[in-house]
Amino acid sequence: MLLRLVPRPQASQLLRYGSPLIALGLTLLSGLLLFGALGQDPLVALHTFFIRPISSLYGLAELGVKAAPLTLCAIGLTIGFRGNVWNIGAEGQLTLGAICGGGLALAFHGQEGPWLLPLMVLVGGLGGMAWGAIPALLKTRFNANEILTSLMLSYVAIQLLGYLVHGPWRDPEGYNFPETRLFGEAALLPLLLEGTRLHAGALLALIAVGLGWLLLAHSFMGFQIKVSGQADAAARYAGFSRNRVIWLSFLIGGGLAGIAGLGEVAGPMGQLNPTISPGYGFAAIICAFLGRLNPLGVLLASLLMALMFLGGEALQMNLNLPLAITGVFQGLLLFFVLAADVLIRYRVRLGPAVARPAP
Amino acid sequence: MTPEVETVVAILVATMRAGTPLVFAALGELVTEKSGVLNLGLEGMMLVGAVAGFIATVTTGSLPLGILFAMLAGMVVALLFGFLTLTLLANQVATGLALTIFGIGLSAFVGLDYIGTPIQGLQAIEIPFLSAIPLLGPVLFRHDPLIYLSLALFAGVSWFLYKSRPGLILRAVGESHQAAHGIGYSVIGIRYLAVLFGGAMAGLAGAYLSLVYTPQWSENMTAGRGWIALALVVFATWRPARVLLGAYLFGFITIISLFLQGAGVDISSHLLATLPYLATIVVLVLISRDATRIRLNAPASLGKPFHPDA
Repeated sequence: MLLRLVPRPQASQLLRYGSPLIALGLTLLSGLLLFGALGQDPLVALHTFFIRPISSLYGLAELGVKAAPLTLCAIGLTIGFRGNVWNIGAEGQLTLGAICGGGLALAFHGQEGPWLLPLMVLVGGLGGMAWGAIPALLKTRFNANEILTSLMLSYVAIQLLGYLVHGPWRDPEGYNFPETRLFGEAALLPLLLEGTRLHAGALLALIAVGLGWLLLAHSFMGFQIKVSGQADAAARYAGFSRNRVIWLSFLIGGGLAGIAGLGEVAGPMGQLNPTISPGYGFAAIICAFLGRLNPLGVLLASLLMALMFLGGEALQMNLNLPLAITGVFQGLLLFFVLAADVLIRYRVRLGPAVARPAP
Repeated sequence: MTPEVETVVAILVATMRAGTPLVFAALGELVTEKSGVLNLGLEGMMLVGAVAGFIATVTTGSLPLGILFAMLAGMVVALLFGFLTLTLLANQVATGLALTIFGIGLSAFVGLDYIGTPIQGLQAIEIPFLSAIPLLGPVLFRHDPLIYLSLALFAGVSWFLYKSRPGLILRAVGESHQAAHGIGYSVIGIRYLAVLFGGAMAGLAGAYLSLVYTPQWSENMTAGRGWIALALVVFATWRPARVLLGAYLFGFITIISLFLQGAGVDISSHLLATLPYLATIVVLVLISRDATRIRLNAPASLGKPFHPDA
């Protein structure tokens, strides 16, 4: 074989944090090639993608608007992935959070008070949690693969949302558009910066980062999650309940995703429509891995991923390139980070295998 | 034929058409998993196959070329998955998810100019004499060539896995890669081949959707069928005959919800569209309930990376 992997005696800490940077570098390089192939000036295109969206205060605020739901979802997924619990259904949990929290805003339309918003956040989180509880129950009770069930439930959630906004919840004065009426003032998250769309959801995301960090780095529960994820046998020997780890992962992940969804409808959107998320729940999977399953890293990765969403929009507006380019870059980035991760545990050598010295 | 019989025949024919992409995708994944590799990127590979086949057909005007190109495209992205998981030992679950995310993005990107482009899809061929048999004829012998191909592939895969020597080796690699390696088989080489086969089949499944079933290209047109096919492999407890059965069962569920709508049943189309997904969850739960059965039937090395020096 031309490519050989020689195990390192010890995992490289330097590369554990270096590999996302290598991956980002390779993604940028692919970007140069891709834009070149599309007949664009690669440097102009890259500037439009990565720099231009955040070269104004409004742009920076937009970065926060997009990073907030990504961070919330990704923190939840991180906790699960650490425990080897594969919650792939953040998109559905986000949608349910938006439906439940948003539904509350619609139910109390015209009779809002200051109590409404906190209640919406709570109900949104509970909605996401309930949706996450289904795969947890099916996994712990019936041994059903959580990847498949959580993903299937995402498709169900999106159809459910479609049903509501096309049917019973459609705005009676909305000229038959599939959207609900606009939420009342008291049902909207307060803005953090006047003149931008940055809302209090960003603060909730930061709180989630802090709590996630506390849980994983400084709590016994976090320790149990990590042991259960890395060495199931050891965890069982220590008497840690695997089922509890599964439940916890899904409840936290679902709850945070639900709050993310509520943040979208009570934030920049102000109503429910059929497409609440441009795939935040799926992109959050990338954020979790890119951020090294570490809450602070996840925050940085979410900011980068948010920039990629903004960059795609900027390319579309300024260079007339398709929005789908964002998905290509995000997929490439995850590929590259997974490939670069091999360097943490192995040295890559070229050339045929040599005989190993006798022990 | 009375109208009732005609409806039943129409439902059965439509069921086979709806089930066929699942047959292709799940058979490919079955072979991949039998070699011990879990490729969760089925949805992504199908989309890449669907768009590649569609573009090739529009460009060359030839459906067979389009189908071939779809399979090649599926193999190319499968190779990417293989390189990451088999050569670079990346986590199979994460890489499969990456492949799906990448496939969704890539197919949406390259397919943008082809949305709404009309093509003449693959037509059904009537097998002489046999298609004239009442009832059986229309149900079994008036299909497009790819449906016959899917049945041939089913027979081929069943024979290969359980009656041929290479199939035995492939299963051995999936059960215990250390033992297979010890005997002198190339674990990685065999797994690459299995992954490539899975990619080709997923590409074919995608092509069936974009060239026969719909036939057109639209973003994300697989609508979760890749994931349903993954569930089917578990549901079938890794056995080809049950894969076939399961695929048609899901085809039937898809079709029934369409028929109900067509018959004017007053249920929202959005709610009816959830049926295949809910059904997937239900059968997955029913089959997984017996943990021992899953453990005994799943390839023992499924999802585990292999490094000869480790």
